[in-house]
Amino acid sequence: MNASIQALEQRHVRRSLVSDRAFVLFIYLATLLFVATVLGLFAMLLLGSWTSIREFGFSFLWTSEWNPITGRFGALPMIYGTVVSSLTALVLAGIVGVFGAAYLADFAPRFISVPLSFLIELLAAVPSVVFGLWGLFVLAPVLRTVVDPFLQAHFGMVPLFSGPIFGSSLFTAGILLAIMIIPTISAISRDVIAAVIPEHREGSLALGVTRWETMWHVLLPGARSGIFGACILALGRAFGETIATTMVIGNKPAIAASLFAPSYTLASVVANEFTEATTDMYLSALIELGLLLFVVSMIVNAAARVLTWTLLRPSKGR
Amino acid sequence: MRTRDLSSGFGVVISALCAGLAAAILLLILGYVAREGAGALTWTYLSQIPRPVNVPGGGVANGIVGSFIIIGIAALIAVPIGTLAGIYLALYGRSWFAETTRFLADVLSGVPSIAIGLFAYTVFVAPFKHFSAVSASIAFAVLMLPLIIRTAEESISRVPVRIRESALAWGISSYAATIHIVVPAARSGMITGLLLALARVTGETAPLLFTAFGSQFWELNPTNPMAELSLQVFTYAISPYEDWHRQAWAGALLLIIAVFILNVGARFALRTQTRR
Repeated sequence: MNASIQALEQRHVRRSLVSDRAFVLFIYLATLLFVATVLGLFAMLLLGSWTSIREFGFSFLWTSEWNPITGRFGALPMIYGTVVSSLTALVLAGIVGVFGAAYLADFAPRFISVPLSFLIELLAAVPSVVFGLWGLFVLAPVLRTVVDPFLQAHFGMVPLFSGPIFGSSLFTAGILLAIMIIPTISAISRDVIAAVIPEHREGSLALGVTRWETMWHVLLPGARSGIFGACILALGRAFGETIATTMVIGNKPAIAASLFAPSYTLASVVANEFTEATTDMYLSALIELGLLLFVVSMIVNAAARVLTWTLLRPSKGR
Repeated sequence: MRTRDLSSGFGVVISALCAGLAAAILLLILGYVAREGAGALTWTYLSQIPRPVNVPGGGVANGIVGSFIIIGIAALIAVPIGTLAGIYLALYGRSWFAETTRFLADVLSGVPSIAIGLFAYTVFVAPFKHFSAVSASIAFAVLMLPLIIRTAEESISRVPVRIRESALAWGISSYAATIHIVVPAARSGMITGLLLALARVTGETAPLLFTAFGSQFWELNPTNPMAELSLQVFTYAISPYEDWHRQAWAGALLLIIAVFILNVGARFALRTQTRR
Protein backbone atom coordinates (compact mmCIF):
# COMPACT_ATOMS: atom_id res chain seq x y z
CA MET A 1 0.00 0.00 0.00
CA ASN A 2 2.62 2.42 1.14
CA ALA A 3 4.82 1.38 -1.69
CA SER A 4 2.08 1.91 -4.20
CA ILE A 5 1.47 5.43 -2.94
CA GLN A 6 5.14 6.06 -3.27
CA ALA A 7 5.07 4.67 -6.77
CA LEU A 8 2.10 6.86 -7.52
CA GLU A 9 3.92 9.92 -6.24
CA GLN A 10 6.97 8.96 -8.17
CA ARG A 11 4.95 8.63 -11.31
CA HIS A 12 3.20 11.92 -10.57
CA VAL A 13 6.48 13.70 -10.13
CA ARG A 14 7.82 12.19 -13.30
CA ARG A 15 4.70 13.04 -15.23
CA SER A 16 4.72 16.60 -14.04
CA LEU A 17 8.32 16.86 -15.05
CA VAL A 18 7.45 15.53 -18.48
CA SER A 19 4.57 17.98 -18.80
CA ASP A 20 6.86 20.79 -17.65
CA ARG A 21 9.45 19.87 -20.20
CA ALA A 22 6.81 19.53 -22.89
CA PHE A 23 5.46 22.95 -21.97
CA VAL A 24 8.86 24.61 -22.09
CA LEU A 25 9.51 22.94 -25.42
CA PHE A 26 6.12 24.11 -26.66
CA ILE A 27 6.64 27.76 -25.79
CA TYR A 28 10.20 27.53 -27.09
CA LEU A 29 8.84 26.31 -30.43
CA ALA A 30 6.32 29.16 -30.55
CA THR A 31 9.16 31.63 -30.01
CA LEU A 32 11.24 29.85 -32.63
CA LEU A 33 8.30 30.07 -35.06
CA PHE A 34 8.24 33.82 -34.59
CA VAL A 35 11.98 34.17 -35.13
CA ALA A 36 11.75 31.93 -38.20
CA THR A 37 8.94 34.11 -39.57
CA VAL A 38 11.07 37.24 -39.33
CA LEU A 39 14.02 35.51 -40.99
CA GLY A 40 11.61 34.02 -43.55
CA LEU A 41 10.33 37.49 -44.30
CA PHE A 42 13.81 38.61 -45.27
CA ALA A 43 14.53 35.38 -47.18
CA MET A 44 11.30 35.49 -49.19
CA LEU A 45 11.73 39.14 -50.14
CA LEU A 46 15.30 38.40 -51.20
CA LEU A 47 14.17 35.38 -53.19
CA GLY A 48 11.32 37.30 -54.81
CA SER A 49 13.59 40.12 -55.91
CA TRP A 50 16.42 37.85 -57.10
CA THR A 51 15.57 38.22 -60.80
CA SER A 52 15.81 41.97 -60.51
CA ILE A 53 18.91 41.94 -58.29
CA ARG A 54 20.74 39.70 -60.79
CA GLU A 55 19.74 41.86 -63.73
CA PHE A 56 20.41 45.33 -62.36
CA GLY A 57 22.74 44.80 -59.40
CA PHE A 58 23.48 47.92 -57.41
CA SER A 59 22.67 50.15 -60.37
CA PHE A 60 19.04 49.59 -59.30
CA LEU A 61 19.72 52.13 -56.56
CA TRP A 62 21.08 54.98 -58.69
CA THR A 63 19.47 54.74 -62.11
CA SER A 64 16.29 56.68 -62.63
CA GLU A 65 14.57 54.94 -65.52
CA TRP A 66 11.39 53.18 -64.37
CA ASN A 67 9.95 51.70 -67.53
CA PRO A 68 7.73 48.60 -67.44
CA ILE A 69 7.56 48.50 -71.24
CA THR A 70 11.28 48.27 -71.90
CA GLY A 71 11.77 46.36 -68.66
CA ARG A 72 14.39 48.77 -67.28
CA PHE A 73 13.98 49.50 -63.61
CA GLY A 74 15.85 51.96 -61.44
CA ALA A 75 14.66 53.12 -58.03
CA LEU A 76 16.36 56.52 -57.80
CA PRO A 77 13.21 58.69 -58.34
CA MET A 78 11.39 56.73 -55.62
CA ILE A 79 14.34 56.88 -53.27
CA TYR A 80 14.49 60.63 -53.85
CA GLY A 81 10.74 61.04 -53.28
CA THR A 82 10.82 58.89 -50.15
CA VAL A 83 13.80 60.73 -48.64
CA VAL A 84 12.60 64.25 -49.47
CA SER A 85 9.00 63.74 -48.31
CA SER A 86 10.18 62.03 -45.11
CA LEU A 87 12.78 64.70 -44.33
CA THR A 88 10.21 67.46 -44.91
CA ALA A 89 7.95 65.61 -42.49
CA LEU A 90 10.73 65.14 -39.96
CA VAL A 91 11.70 68.82 -39.90
CA LEU A 92 8.10 69.96 -39.38
CA ALA A 93 7.12 67.20 -36.96
CA GLY A 94 10.43 67.45 -35.12
CA ILE A 95 9.85 71.10 -34.24
CA VAL A 96 6.20 70.69 -33.27
CA GLY A 97 6.73 67.32 -31.57
CA VAL A 98 9.74 68.25 -29.42
CA PHE A 99 8.39 71.64 -28.33
CA GLY A 100 5.01 70.04 -27.66
CA ALA A 101 6.71 67.33 -25.63
CA ALA A 102 8.56 69.98 -23.63
CA TYR A 103 5.22 71.54 -22.75
CA LEU A 104 3.58 68.23 -21.87
CA ALA A 105 6.52 66.95 -19.82
CA ASP A 106 7.35 70.05 -17.83
CA PHE A 107 5.43 73.29 -18.34
CA ALA A 108 1.82 72.13 -18.49
CA PRO A 109 -0.28 71.67 -15.38
CA ARG A 110 -1.56 68.11 -14.97
CA PHE A 111 -5.15 68.90 -15.86
CA ILE A 112 -3.96 70.11 -19.25
CA SER A 113 -1.12 67.68 -19.97
CA VAL A 114 -3.19 64.52 -19.33
CA PRO A 115 -6.04 65.20 -21.79
CA LEU A 116 -3.68 66.82 -24.31
CA SER A 117 -1.38 63.78 -24.27
CA PHE A 118 -4.41 61.57 -24.71
CA LEU A 119 -5.54 63.53 -27.78
CA ILE A 120 -2.08 63.39 -29.35
CA GLU A 121 -1.91 59.64 -28.72
CA LEU A 122 -5.29 59.24 -30.42
CA LEU A 123 -3.80 61.00 -33.43
CA ALA A 124 -1.45 58.01 -33.70
CA ALA A 125 -4.45 55.68 -33.81
CA VAL A 126 -6.15 57.32 -36.80
CA PRO A 127 -5.96 54.87 -39.74
CA SER A 128 -3.61 55.99 -42.49
CA VAL A 129 -6.35 55.66 -45.11
CA VAL A 130 -8.30 58.29 -43.17
CA PHE A 131 -5.28 60.61 -43.19
CA GLY A 132 -5.02 59.96 -46.92
CA LEU A 133 -8.69 60.75 -47.51
CA TRP A 134 -8.44 63.98 -45.52
CA GLY A 135 -5.15 64.85 -47.22
CA LEU A 136 -6.63 64.29 -50.66
CA PHE A 137 -9.87 66.24 -50.23
CA VAL A 138 -9.01 68.86 -47.61
CA LEU A 139 -5.27 69.38 -47.17
CA ALA A 140 -4.19 69.22 -50.83
CA PRO A 141 -6.72 71.83 -52.09
CA VAL A 142 -5.85 74.22 -49.24
CA LEU A 143 -2.13 73.88 -49.93
CA ARG A 144 -2.58 74.30 -53.68
CA THR A 145 -4.75 77.40 -53.50
CA VAL A 146 -3.48 79.16 -50.38
CA VAL A 147 -0.25 77.95 -48.81
CA ASP A 148 1.83 77.00 -51.86
CA PRO A 149 1.19 80.28 -53.77
CA PHE A 150 2.04 82.20 -50.59
CA LEU A 151 5.33 80.36 -50.17
CA GLN A 152 6.11 80.78 -53.85
CA ALA A 153 5.42 84.51 -53.73
CA HIS A 154 7.82 85.02 -50.82
CA PHE A 155 10.45 82.31 -51.28
CA GLY A 156 10.07 81.61 -55.01
CA MET A 157 13.79 82.21 -55.66
CA VAL A 158 14.58 79.02 -53.70
CA PRO A 159 14.33 76.09 -56.16
CA LEU A 160 12.35 74.11 -53.56
CA PHE A 161 9.44 76.55 -53.85
CA SER A 162 9.61 77.28 -57.57
CA GLY A 163 7.83 75.87 -60.60
CA PRO A 164 4.23 74.95 -61.29
CA ILE A 165 2.08 74.05 -58.28
CA PHE A 166 0.32 70.71 -58.00
CA GLY A 167 -2.08 69.71 -55.23
CA SER A 168 -0.66 66.19 -55.16
CA SER A 169 2.97 66.88 -54.45
CA LEU A 170 6.02 66.13 -52.33
CA PHE A 171 5.06 69.06 -50.11
CA THR A 172 1.52 67.80 -49.48
CA ALA A 173 2.89 64.33 -48.70
CA GLY A 174 5.52 65.84 -46.40
CA ILE A 175 2.95 67.79 -44.39
CA LEU A 176 0.58 64.84 -44.14
CA LEU A 177 3.45 62.60 -43.02
CA ALA A 178 4.48 65.23 -40.48
CA ILE A 179 1.00 65.12 -38.95
CA MET A 180 1.19 61.33 -38.83
CA ILE A 181 4.59 61.16 -37.09
CA ILE A 182 4.08 63.96 -34.54
CA PRO A 183 2.62 61.50 -31.99
CA THR A 184 5.68 59.23 -32.26
CA ILE A 185 8.09 62.11 -31.66
CA SER A 186 6.10 63.85 -28.95
CA ALA A 187 5.21 60.71 -26.95
CA ILE A 188 8.78 59.38 -26.77
CA SER A 189 10.32 62.83 -26.28
CA ARG A 190 7.89 63.53 -23.45
CA ASP A 191 8.91 60.30 -21.72
CA VAL A 192 12.65 60.88 -22.08
CA ILE A 193 12.37 64.51 -20.93
CA ALA A 194 10.39 63.36 -17.91
CA ALA A 195 13.04 60.70 -17.26
CA VAL A 196 15.88 63.23 -16.85
CA ILE A 197 17.18 63.02 -13.26
CA PRO A 198 14.90 65.39 -11.26
CA GLU A 199 17.83 66.76 -9.21
CA HIS A 200 19.24 68.34 -12.35
CA ARG A 201 16.02 70.19 -13.02
CA GLU A 202 15.52 71.19 -9.40
CA GLY A 203 19.11 72.31 -9.04
CA SER A 204 18.79 74.48 -12.09
CA LEU A 205 15.52 76.06 -10.95
CA ALA A 206 16.94 76.62 -7.46
CA LEU A 207 19.78 78.66 -8.99
CA GLY A 208 17.20 81.07 -10.34
CA VAL A 209 17.36 79.80 -13.89
CA THR A 210 14.02 80.30 -15.64
CA ARG A 211 11.86 77.35 -16.61
CA TRP A 212 12.54 77.82 -20.31
CA GLU A 213 16.30 78.07 -19.79
CA THR A 214 16.13 74.95 -17.63
CA MET A 215 14.34 73.18 -20.45
CA TRP A 216 16.76 74.44 -23.09
CA HIS A 217 20.04 74.00 -21.20
CA VAL A 218 19.31 71.10 -18.82
CA LEU A 219 16.34 68.92 -19.76
CA LEU A 220 16.61 68.84 -23.56
CA PRO A 221 20.39 68.17 -23.54
CA GLY A 222 19.82 65.45 -20.93
CA ALA A 223 17.19 63.81 -23.12
CA ARG A 224 19.08 64.43 -26.34
CA SER A 225 19.85 60.88 -27.38
CA GLY A 226 16.28 59.78 -26.63
CA ILE A 227 14.83 62.61 -28.69
CA PHE A 228 17.24 61.75 -31.48
CA GLY A 229 16.05 58.13 -31.27
CA ALA A 230 12.42 59.27 -31.42
CA CYS A 231 13.18 61.26 -34.56
CA ILE A 232 14.87 58.27 -36.20
CA LEU A 233 11.91 56.07 -35.30
CA ALA A 234 9.54 58.65 -36.77
CA LEU A 235 11.68 58.87 -39.90
CA GLY A 236 11.31 55.10 -40.26
CA ARG A 237 7.53 55.46 -40.00
CA ALA A 238 7.54 58.13 -42.70
CA PHE A 239 9.73 56.02 -45.00
CA GLY A 240 7.36 53.10 -44.85
CA GLU A 241 4.03 54.89 -44.81
CA THR A 242 2.16 53.71 -47.86
CA ILE A 243 -1.52 54.44 -48.23
CA ALA A 244 -1.63 58.07 -47.12
CA THR A 245 1.42 58.95 -49.21
CA THR A 246 0.06 57.16 -52.26
CA MET A 247 -3.10 59.22 -52.08
CA VAL A 248 -1.41 62.65 -52.04
CA ILE A 249 2.04 62.45 -53.65
CA GLY A 250 0.95 62.36 -57.29
CA ASN A 251 2.63 59.04 -58.18
CA LYS A 252 5.02 60.22 -60.88
CA PRO A 253 8.49 58.64 -61.14
CA ALA A 254 10.41 61.85 -61.80
CA ILE A 255 12.97 63.86 -59.89
CA ALA A 256 12.10 67.55 -59.67
CA ALA A 257 13.81 70.26 -57.67
CA SER A 258 10.49 71.73 -56.55
CA LEU A 259 8.56 70.50 -53.53
CA PHE A 260 5.37 71.44 -55.36
CA ALA A 261 5.94 68.81 -58.07
CA PRO A 262 4.37 65.35 -57.97
CA SER A 263 6.67 62.50 -56.98
CA TYR A 264 6.65 58.86 -55.93
CA THR A 265 7.85 56.84 -52.93
CA LEU A 266 9.16 53.28 -52.64
CA ALA A 267 6.07 52.13 -50.79
CA SER A 268 3.57 53.90 -53.02
CA VAL A 269 5.02 52.38 -56.21
CA VAL A 270 4.47 48.93 -54.74
CA ALA A 271 0.95 49.84 -53.64
CA ASN A 272 0.05 51.33 -57.00
CA GLU A 273 1.65 49.03 -59.52
CA PHE A 274 1.93 45.61 -57.92
CA THR A 275 -1.38 44.19 -59.08
CA GLU A 276 -0.78 45.57 -62.57
CA ALA A 277 2.71 44.12 -62.95
CA THR A 278 2.61 41.61 -65.76
CA THR A 279 6.20 40.52 -66.31
CA ASP A 280 8.41 38.60 -63.88
CA MET A 281 11.05 41.32 -64.04
CA TYR A 282 8.47 44.00 -63.16
CA LEU A 283 7.18 41.98 -60.17
CA SER A 284 10.70 41.25 -59.07
CA ALA A 285 11.71 44.92 -59.25
CA LEU A 286 8.67 45.83 -57.13
CA ILE A 287 9.53 43.18 -54.56
CA GLU A 288 13.08 44.55 -54.48
CA LEU A 289 11.61 47.93 -53.49
CA GLY A 290 9.88 46.08 -50.63
CA LEU A 291 13.18 44.44 -49.68
CA LEU A 292 14.82 47.86 -49.66
CA LEU A 293 12.10 49.18 -47.33
CA PHE A 294 12.47 46.14 -45.08
CA VAL A 295 16.25 46.43 -44.77
CA VAL A 296 16.22 50.20 -44.25
CA SER A 297 13.48 49.98 -41.63
CA MET A 298 15.33 47.21 -39.77
CA ILE A 299 18.48 49.37 -39.61
CA VAL A 300 16.56 52.51 -38.65
CA ASN A 301 14.61 50.77 -35.92
CA ALA A 302 17.66 49.02 -34.53
CA ALA A 303 19.39 52.41 -34.29
CA ALA A 304 16.36 54.02 -32.66
CA ARG A 305 16.07 51.16 -30.19
CA VAL A 306 19.69 51.54 -29.10
CA LEU A 307 19.25 55.30 -28.65
CA THR A 308 16.01 55.31 -26.65
CA TRP A 309 16.57 52.07 -24.82
CA THR A 310 19.36 53.15 -22.50
CA LEU A 311 17.30 56.14 -21.34
CA LEU A 312 13.87 54.64 -20.94
CA ARG A 313 14.71 51.20 -19.59
CA PRO A 314 17.80 51.61 -17.45
CA SER A 315 16.63 49.06 -14.85
CA LYS A 316 15.60 46.44 -17.37
CA GLY A 317 19.02 45.37 -18.39
CA ARG A 318 18.11 41.86 -19.38
CA MET B 1 15.82 89.66 -15.09
CA ARG B 2 12.65 90.93 -16.61
CA THR B 3 13.71 90.08 -20.20
CA ARG B 4 14.71 86.60 -19.09
CA ASP B 5 11.30 86.02 -17.55
CA LEU B 6 9.71 87.39 -20.67
CA SER B 7 11.69 85.14 -23.00
CA SER B 8 10.99 82.18 -20.72
CA GLY B 9 7.28 82.94 -20.91
CA PHE B 10 7.58 83.24 -24.66
CA GLY B 11 9.23 79.81 -24.91
CA VAL B 12 6.55 78.24 -22.75
CA VAL B 13 3.80 79.78 -24.88
CA ILE B 14 5.44 78.52 -28.10
CA SER B 15 5.68 75.03 -26.62
CA ALA B 16 2.05 75.15 -25.56
CA LEU B 17 1.05 76.22 -29.06
CA CYS B 18 2.94 73.27 -30.55
CA ALA B 19 1.21 70.79 -28.25
CA GLY B 20 -2.10 72.50 -28.93
CA LEU B 21 -1.51 72.43 -32.67
CA ALA B 22 -1.09 68.64 -32.69
CA ALA B 23 -4.30 68.17 -30.72
CA ALA B 24 -6.12 70.74 -32.87
CA ILE B 25 -5.18 68.88 -36.07
CA LEU B 26 -6.67 65.70 -34.62
CA LEU B 27 -9.90 67.50 -33.74
CA LEU B 28 -9.96 69.12 -37.18
CA ILE B 29 -9.65 65.75 -38.94
CA LEU B 30 -12.19 64.11 -36.62
CA GLY B 31 -14.62 66.95 -37.11
CA TYR B 32 -14.30 66.83 -40.86
CA VAL B 33 -14.72 63.06 -41.05
CA ALA B 34 -17.72 63.21 -38.72
CA ARG B 35 -19.37 65.97 -40.74
CA GLU B 36 -18.81 64.37 -44.13
CA GLY B 37 -19.32 60.80 -42.97
CA ALA B 38 -22.40 61.12 -40.79
CA GLY B 39 -24.62 62.04 -43.74
CA ALA B 40 -23.72 58.96 -45.74
CA LEU B 41 -23.77 56.58 -42.79
CA THR B 42 -27.22 55.11 -43.33
CA TRP B 43 -28.77 51.72 -42.71
CA THR B 44 -28.49 50.99 -46.44
CA TYR B 45 -24.78 51.73 -46.24
CA LEU B 46 -24.32 49.27 -43.39
CA SER B 47 -26.52 46.50 -44.72
CA GLN B 48 -26.01 46.36 -48.50
CA ILE B 49 -23.16 45.41 -50.75
CA PRO B 50 -21.68 47.78 -53.35
CA ARG B 51 -23.73 48.64 -56.45
CA PRO B 52 -22.11 48.73 -59.88
CA VAL B 53 -20.29 51.92 -60.88
CA ASN B 54 -22.62 54.85 -61.61
CA VAL B 55 -25.55 53.24 -59.81
CA PRO B 56 -25.89 55.37 -56.68
CA GLY B 57 -26.56 53.74 -53.32
CA GLY B 58 -25.31 50.46 -52.03
CA GLY B 59 -23.09 49.93 -49.03
CA VAL B 60 -20.13 48.21 -47.52
CA ALA B 61 -21.73 45.33 -45.60
CA ASN B 62 -19.45 42.84 -47.34
CA GLY B 63 -16.43 44.89 -46.35
CA ILE B 64 -17.47 45.09 -42.71
CA VAL B 65 -18.00 41.33 -42.56
CA GLY B 66 -14.74 40.83 -44.46
CA SER B 67 -12.85 42.93 -41.92
CA PHE B 68 -14.18 40.79 -39.10
CA ILE B 69 -13.24 37.56 -40.89
CA ILE B 70 -9.74 38.69 -41.90
CA ILE B 71 -8.89 40.25 -38.55
CA GLY B 72 -10.51 37.36 -36.65
CA ILE B 73 -8.37 34.76 -38.40
CA ALA B 74 -5.30 36.96 -37.89
CA ALA B 75 -6.02 37.08 -34.15
CA LEU B 76 -6.51 33.30 -34.03
CA ILE B 77 -3.02 32.91 -35.50
CA ALA B 78 -1.23 35.67 -33.62
CA VAL B 79 -2.69 35.33 -30.11
CA PRO B 80 -1.54 31.75 -29.32
CA ILE B 81 1.91 32.17 -30.86
CA GLY B 82 2.42 35.62 -29.39
CA THR B 83 1.22 34.68 -25.91
CA LEU B 84 3.36 31.53 -25.75
CA ALA B 85 6.41 33.42 -26.99
CA GLY B 86 5.68 36.14 -24.42
CA ILE B 87 5.52 33.50 -21.66
CA TYR B 88 8.84 32.10 -22.85
CA LEU B 89 10.49 35.52 -22.79
CA ALA B 90 9.08 36.38 -19.37
CA LEU B 91 9.99 33.09 -17.66
CA TYR B 92 13.04 31.82 -19.51
CA GLY B 93 14.18 35.02 -21.15
CA ARG B 94 17.83 35.31 -20.21
CA SER B 95 19.44 33.51 -23.11
CA TRP B 96 20.89 35.14 -26.22
CA PHE B 97 18.04 33.48 -28.12
CA ALA B 98 15.47 35.34 -26.02
CA GLU B 99 17.43 38.57 -26.41
CA THR B 100 17.42 38.07 -30.18
CA THR B 101 13.68 37.45 -30.14
CA ARG B 102 13.09 40.67 -28.21
CA PHE B 103 15.26 42.56 -30.61
CA LEU B 104 13.44 41.12 -33.64
CA ALA B 105 10.04 41.87 -32.11
CA ASP B 106 11.03 45.48 -31.46
CA VAL B 107 12.47 45.93 -34.91
CA LEU B 108 9.66 44.11 -36.71
CA SER B 109 7.13 46.50 -35.17
CA GLY B 110 8.66 49.25 -37.31
CA VAL B 111 8.80 47.33 -40.59
CA PRO B 112 6.42 48.89 -43.14
CA SER B 113 3.22 46.90 -43.48
CA ILE B 114 3.59 46.88 -47.25
CA ALA B 115 6.80 44.83 -46.98
CA ILE B 116 4.94 42.34 -44.80
CA GLY B 117 2.16 42.28 -47.38
CA LEU B 118 4.71 41.42 -50.06
CA PHE B 119 5.95 38.57 -47.86
CA ALA B 120 2.40 37.22 -47.54
CA TYR B 121 2.05 37.55 -51.31
CA THR B 122 5.22 35.61 -52.14
CA VAL B 123 4.39 32.82 -49.68
CA PHE B 124 0.61 32.48 -49.79
CA VAL B 125 -0.62 34.11 -53.00
CA ALA B 126 1.99 33.56 -55.70
CA PRO B 127 2.25 29.75 -55.30
CA PHE B 128 -1.55 29.39 -55.59
CA LYS B 129 -1.92 32.12 -58.23
CA HIS B 130 -4.99 33.23 -56.30
CA PHE B 131 -5.66 36.17 -53.96
CA SER B 132 -7.19 35.13 -50.66
CA ALA B 133 -8.44 36.52 -47.36
CA VAL B 134 -6.23 34.04 -45.48
CA SER B 135 -3.08 35.54 -46.96
CA ALA B 136 -4.25 38.93 -45.65
CA SER B 137 -4.85 37.37 -42.23
CA ILE B 138 -1.30 36.05 -42.21
CA ALA B 139 0.10 39.47 -43.06
CA PHE B 140 -2.03 40.96 -40.27
CA ALA B 141 -0.91 38.25 -37.84
CA VAL B 142 2.74 39.15 -38.52
CA LEU B 143 1.84 42.81 -37.88
CA MET B 144 0.13 41.92 -34.60
CA LEU B 145 2.81 39.58 -33.23
CA PRO B 146 5.42 42.06 -31.96
CA LEU B 147 2.86 43.96 -29.91
CA ILE B 148 1.27 40.79 -28.49
CA ILE B 149 4.64 39.26 -27.62
CA ARG B 150 5.99 42.32 -25.87
CA THR B 151 2.82 43.08 -23.90
CA ALA B 152 2.46 39.42 -22.88
CA GLU B 153 6.07 39.37 -21.69
CA GLU B 154 5.70 42.66 -19.87
CA SER B 155 2.48 41.82 -18.07
CA ILE B 156 3.71 38.35 -17.06
CA SER B 157 6.98 39.80 -15.77
CA ARG B 158 4.94 42.18 -13.62
CA VAL B 159 3.21 39.33 -11.79
CA PRO B 160 5.11 39.14 -8.46
CA VAL B 161 7.55 36.21 -8.36
CA ARG B 162 6.14 35.33 -4.90
CA ILE B 163 2.83 34.29 -6.48
CA ARG B 164 4.61 31.86 -8.74
CA GLU B 165 6.85 30.63 -5.96
CA SER B 166 4.01 30.00 -3.54
CA ALA B 167 2.20 28.03 -6.22
CA LEU B 168 5.32 25.94 -6.79
CA ALA B 169 5.72 25.46 -3.03
CA TRP B 170 2.29 23.82 -2.97
CA GLY B 171 3.66 21.17 -5.27
CA ILE B 172 1.98 22.42 -8.44
CA SER B 173 4.02 21.72 -11.52
CA SER B 174 5.72 24.64 -13.15
CA TYR B 175 3.50 24.23 -16.18
CA ALA B 176 0.29 24.39 -14.14
CA ALA B 177 1.58 27.33 -12.08
CA THR B 178 2.24 29.23 -15.28
CA ILE B 179 -1.01 28.45 -17.07
CA HIS B 180 -3.44 28.48 -14.15
CA ILE B 181 -1.94 31.09 -11.87
CA VAL B 182 0.60 33.41 -13.47
CA VAL B 183 -1.06 33.91 -16.86
CA PRO B 184 -4.54 34.65 -15.42
CA ALA B 185 -2.95 37.20 -13.10
CA ALA B 186 -1.45 38.93 -16.15
CA ARG B 187 -4.66 38.72 -18.15
CA SER B 188 -5.68 42.36 -18.30
CA GLY B 189 -2.27 43.46 -19.56
CA MET B 190 -2.44 40.88 -22.30
CA ILE B 191 -5.96 41.98 -23.25
CA THR B 192 -4.62 45.52 -23.57
CA GLY B 193 -1.95 44.28 -25.95
CA LEU B 194 -4.48 42.34 -27.99
CA LEU B 195 -6.82 45.33 -28.30
CA LEU B 196 -3.96 47.61 -29.40
CA ALA B 197 -2.85 45.02 -31.94
CA LEU B 198 -6.43 44.76 -33.24
CA ALA B 199 -6.59 48.54 -33.48
CA ARG B 200 -3.37 48.57 -35.46
CA VAL B 201 -4.57 46.13 -38.11
CA THR B 202 -8.09 47.58 -38.27
CA GLY B 203 -6.57 50.77 -39.64
CA GLU B 204 -4.20 48.93 -41.94
CA THR B 205 -4.76 48.93 -45.69
CA ALA B 206 -1.51 48.50 -47.60
CA PRO B 207 -0.98 44.71 -47.27
CA LEU B 208 -4.56 44.06 -48.39
CA LEU B 209 -3.94 45.42 -51.88
CA PHE B 210 -2.28 42.23 -53.04
CA THR B 211 -3.53 39.69 -50.49
CA ALA B 212 -7.27 40.07 -49.85
CA PHE B 213 -7.50 42.15 -53.04
CA GLY B 214 -11.11 43.22 -52.43
CA SER B 215 -14.42 42.11 -53.88
CA GLN B 216 -17.69 43.68 -54.93
CA PHE B 217 -19.71 40.70 -53.76
CA TRP B 218 -20.61 38.75 -50.66
CA GLU B 219 -17.69 36.50 -49.95
CA LEU B 220 -17.43 34.37 -46.82
CA ASN B 221 -14.89 31.81 -47.98
CA PRO B 222 -11.49 32.88 -46.63
CA THR B 223 -9.62 31.17 -49.46
CA ASN B 224 -11.15 33.62 -51.95
CA PRO B 225 -10.51 37.32 -52.52
CA MET B 226 -12.54 39.29 -50.00
CA ALA B 227 -13.73 42.86 -49.45
CA GLU B 228 -12.36 44.75 -46.45
CA LEU B 229 -13.60 48.07 -45.09
CA SER B 230 -10.37 50.08 -45.11
CA LEU B 231 -9.54 48.78 -48.59
CA GLN B 232 -12.98 49.91 -49.78
CA VAL B 233 -12.37 53.35 -48.31
CA PHE B 234 -9.10 53.55 -50.24
CA THR B 235 -10.62 52.36 -53.52
CA TYR B 236 -13.60 54.71 -53.20
CA ALA B 237 -11.44 57.68 -52.23
CA ILE B 238 -9.19 57.51 -55.31
CA SER B 239 -12.11 56.80 -57.66
CA PRO B 240 -13.50 59.64 -59.79
CA TYR B 241 -17.12 59.17 -58.61
CA GLU B 242 -18.85 61.66 -56.33
CA ASP B 243 -21.09 59.02 -54.73
CA TRP B 244 -18.09 56.82 -53.91
CA HIS B 245 -16.32 59.76 -52.26
CA ARG B 246 -19.35 60.18 -50.02
CA GLN B 247 -19.16 56.50 -49.15
CA ALA B 248 -15.42 56.77 -48.48
CA TRP B 249 -16.09 59.43 -45.81
CA ALA B 250 -18.73 57.23 -44.19
CA GLY B 251 -16.31 54.29 -44.20
CA ALA B 252 -13.59 56.49 -42.69
CA LEU B 253 -15.98 57.44 -39.90
CA LEU B 254 -16.70 53.75 -39.23
CA LEU B 255 -12.97 52.95 -39.14
CA ILE B 256 -12.24 55.79 -36.73
CA ILE B 257 -15.06 54.73 -34.42
CA ALA B 258 -13.81 51.12 -34.42
CA VAL B 259 -10.19 52.08 -33.79
CA PHE B 260 -11.07 54.52 -31.02
CA ILE B 261 -13.29 52.00 -29.27
CA LEU B 262 -10.39 49.52 -29.33
CA ASN B 263 -7.96 52.12 -28.00
CA VAL B 264 -10.23 53.26 -25.21
CA GLY B 265 -10.93 49.61 -24.38
CA ALA B 266 -7.18 49.00 -24.16
CA ARG B 267 -6.81 51.88 -21.69
CA PHE B 268 -9.72 50.60 -19.66
CA ALA B 269 -8.29 47.07 -19.50
CA LEU B 270 -4.95 48.43 -18.36
CA ARG B 271 -6.57 50.49 -15.64
CA THR B 272 -8.30 47.46 -14.12
CA GLN B 273 -4.89 45.84 -13.77
CA THR B 274 -3.10 48.74 -12.13
CA ARG B 275 -5.96 49.24 -9.73
CA ARG B 276 -5.79 45.66 -8.52
